[in-house]
Amino acid sequence: MKILVCIKQVPQKDVPLKLNEAGTWIREDVSYEVNEPDAYALEEALRQKEKHGGEVVVVTAGPARAQQVLREALAKGADRAIHLEDDKFAHLDSVNTARAIAAAIAGESFDLIVTGLQSDDFGAAQTGVLLAEILGLPHATIIIGIEKTDSGLRLKRELEAGHYQWIEMPSPAVLTIQSGINKLRYASLIGIKQAKNKPLRKVAWAEVEPKLGKNLQQIERLYVPVKQKKTEMVEGPPAEVARKVVEYLKNSARVL
Amino acid sequence: MADTILVVAEQREGKLNRASFETIAAAQSIAKETGWQVEVVLPGSSIAALAQELAQKAVARVYALEGASLAAYTSDAYVFALKQFIHEKQPKLVLFPHTYQVRDFAPRLALALDRALISDSVGYKHENGKLLLTRQMFQGKFAADVSFAGDAPWLATFQIGAFRGEQAEAGSASVKNVAAAETTPRVVPHEVFQEAKQAVDLSQAEVIVAVGRGIKEQKNLALAEELAKVLGGEVAASRPICDNGWLPLERQIGSSGQTVAPKLYIALGISGAIQHIVGMKGSRTIVAINKDPEAPIFEIADVGVVGNLFDVVPALTEEIKKARAGA
Repeated sequence: MKILVCIKQVPQKDVPLKLNEAGTWIREDVSYEVNEPDAYALEEALRQKEKHGGEVVVVTAGPARAQQVLREALAKGADRAIHLEDDKFAHLDSVNTARAIAAAIAGESFDLIVTGLQSDDFGAAQTGVLLAEILGLPHATIIIGIEKTDSGLRLKRELEAGHYQWIEMPSPAVLTIQSGINKLRYASLIGIKQAKNKPLRKVAWAEVEPKLGKNLQQIERLYVPVKQKKTEMVEGPPAEVARKVVEYLKNSARVL
Repeated sequence: MADTILVVAEQREGKLNRASFETIAAAQSIAKETGWQVEVVLPGSSIAALAQELAQKAVARVYALEGASLAAYTSDAYVFALKQFIHEKQPKLVLFPHTYQVRDFAPRLALALDRALISDSVGYKHENGKLLLTRQMFQGKFAADVSFAGDAPWLATFQIGAFRGEQAEAGSASVKNVAAAETTPRVVPHEVFQEAKQAVDLSQAEVIVAVGRGIKEQKNLALAEELAKVLGGEVAASRPICDNGWLPLERQIGSSGQTVAPKLYIALGISGAIQHIVGMKGSRTIVAINKDPEAPIFEIADVGVVGNLFDVVPALTEEIKKARAGA
């Protein structure tokens, strides 16, 4: 199986984020990591390759710093990487991101394309599905199990509230992967060493620009959400905090 | 004729997804400010009774979009039928509930129509004649107001719980049957099922102590278990904890797990990603303990403690023991 994995670099989960002065985006001087559902998509691709043979190719679109997530993927076992490298890629809407990726892989044919079900930054949950539409391939979302069959794929989809469904579809196909589908591996020392010599192709903005359209949605402003509730913030040493919380639970909330 | 807001309602196996009524409530609210009218379309097969149920709301019309290929959901058949329908009707705005089914087909439908989809909105603003959808970004740390930059129809999905279904105004609408444009789907769907019967029904628990990533290691779950024990409650978790196998999936709270509304919900080291919040925001009293003062969980907490849960939780457990002994 020749598998493409689309991954994204996003701000680290625990880092405090600040707005830029114009209130249009975050200040970008933070640490980054691979989008968590994408890490599961990569792991699944590596496992499928280990079972069925083939090749795993990772692709990302973003500034120079995004190369880090490609290097990590190569260290974990991906065979080669494609980097659509430009600051401008970070501000494309989902449709244009999918168009850019499609343009970068034109001329290659993959049996399977996987990506995380959504990103931790935008959270639009659209790019994978849109890539399928652009490539004219069948797709399925929120996948937590993949079995290769003679004619294609047998997939386990997660539905709401603890429900599931098996579906079948021909390959090639595009799948969005749910976190928890597998156990993530760590890169080995030897893997990290080998990654340095694996091929990484850079794709410039100008190469894919002719395939892009106008962004059809526009972020007008970004802001800290307005509080829905009046929160009583409790401070102090642990014993004092505990006493204040218990007081609240007894007297105000009356749940003790 | 007035511009139309088209609500795409959802059913599965003879039952309406109740989130459809939340989207109708959202559409009615937008319609009041814009003067547009609300219509509803329900795709499926043998759905006359369900269409009638939707017609009990204050909307201009309900379309039953009937086709044999729509009997069981597939993205292929849904995109094909709805693309044709929306193309003919040319509504101004198309609204969906942000369900797992909608997530599966709506982006593809939007692109097939060469239009934009603003997904997972939590509200809207109508400013100087311009419609803005509000959505959460960076896992709820920020909100963004997003506008449509292209032509209508504009498509948007609303997060579950963003509007209240029971606030959809009652009325009486006519139902119109429409034969769906049909295609042979590439996807073959099988039965929907549940894993082995769930042993714990968290929806019945009066007190829930839930843990998130902040608990750091599996052995630290003992802290939460102790606290739950003195409160007579159940231990639950956000998704990453169950993904790690530290607690069984049946104890997961959130969009992919259980939805709960206990009297008391204590969130330990849970940042408050929207997927978790939708499963617990109906709780009567929410106590959040987190080291990050900016964690979105504090937006919905009644009591917030910024601090190290490894210090605060044992102290809290002791204090509750004392309170119980004295009571």
